[in-house]
Amino acid sequence: MEVPILKQGEFLIAMFQAALSDADLENLRQGLLQKVVKFRARGVIVDVTAMDVMDSFASRTLREIAHMIRLRGAETVIVGIQPEVAFAMVQLGLTLEGVSTALDLEEGLAYLIEKSKMTD
Amino acid sequence: MPLGEIRVAINSDQDIVTARQEGRVLATRLCFSSVDATFIATAISELARNILAYAGKGEIMLRATHGSNREGILVVASDNGPGIRDIPQALRDGFSTSGSLGLGLPGVRRLMDEFEIKSQPGRGTTVSVKKWKR
Repeated sequence: MEVPILKQGEFLIAMFQAALSDADLENLRQGLLQKVVKFRARGVIVDVTAMDVMDSFASRTLREIAHMIRLRGAETVIVGIQPEVAFAMVQLGLTLEGVSTALDLEEGLAYLIEKSKMTD
Repeated sequence: MPLGEIRVAINSDQDIVTARQEGRVLATRLCFSSVDATFIATAISELARNILAYAGKGEIMLRATHGSNREGILVVASDNGPGIRDIPQALRDGFSTSGSLGLGLPGVRRLMDEFEIKSQPGRGTTVSVKKWKR
């Protein structure tokens, strides 16, 4: 199941589906990095609202995506982590250290716009 | 109507998704809260991941279980892989650094109510976990 990546001005938005396999996550990592380069994106929003489970592999991949994109000079923000998913992540001992998060798409966009103003 | 056993063969990363979805469906049918259903699905995801990472293949079995006066769910993850030599070490936090291909067993133990592991080097590993309805 491929994750659609939408372009919104100088930002990219990736929408997760519920049933993403490890291979899907790896494809997303690849696809996002390519599109960040192609569109010279300033920021990326990864919307995980629909994601049923955030296990060790998914959170590691998200962290890697955010770090890679930062090395490109762009920002990543993860939005929409569901309360029960966040609860399970904490129990499992998973952190998204060094990765920005926001409540939803709207707040994620506001965050990126604020960030890009600061670097202008 | 009694709920039967569900068995999911774990041979690929897609099977991890199938196993955790089956777990959530069963947990929801057993009227677990959505938080507990997510805990169960997350634990299954980690257990299935361990099978794939360490043994290459194995199986996740799910079914309803009954205690003295409570209802719960039983998840058994089994494989015929290399086994775990040092179980206490595998159960220690931080043994799997950042959980890349780590065992994640301490986390699974925290997500569930009961945890049992049997492993013989060279013969395989069986992890049985239970979650009781609150």
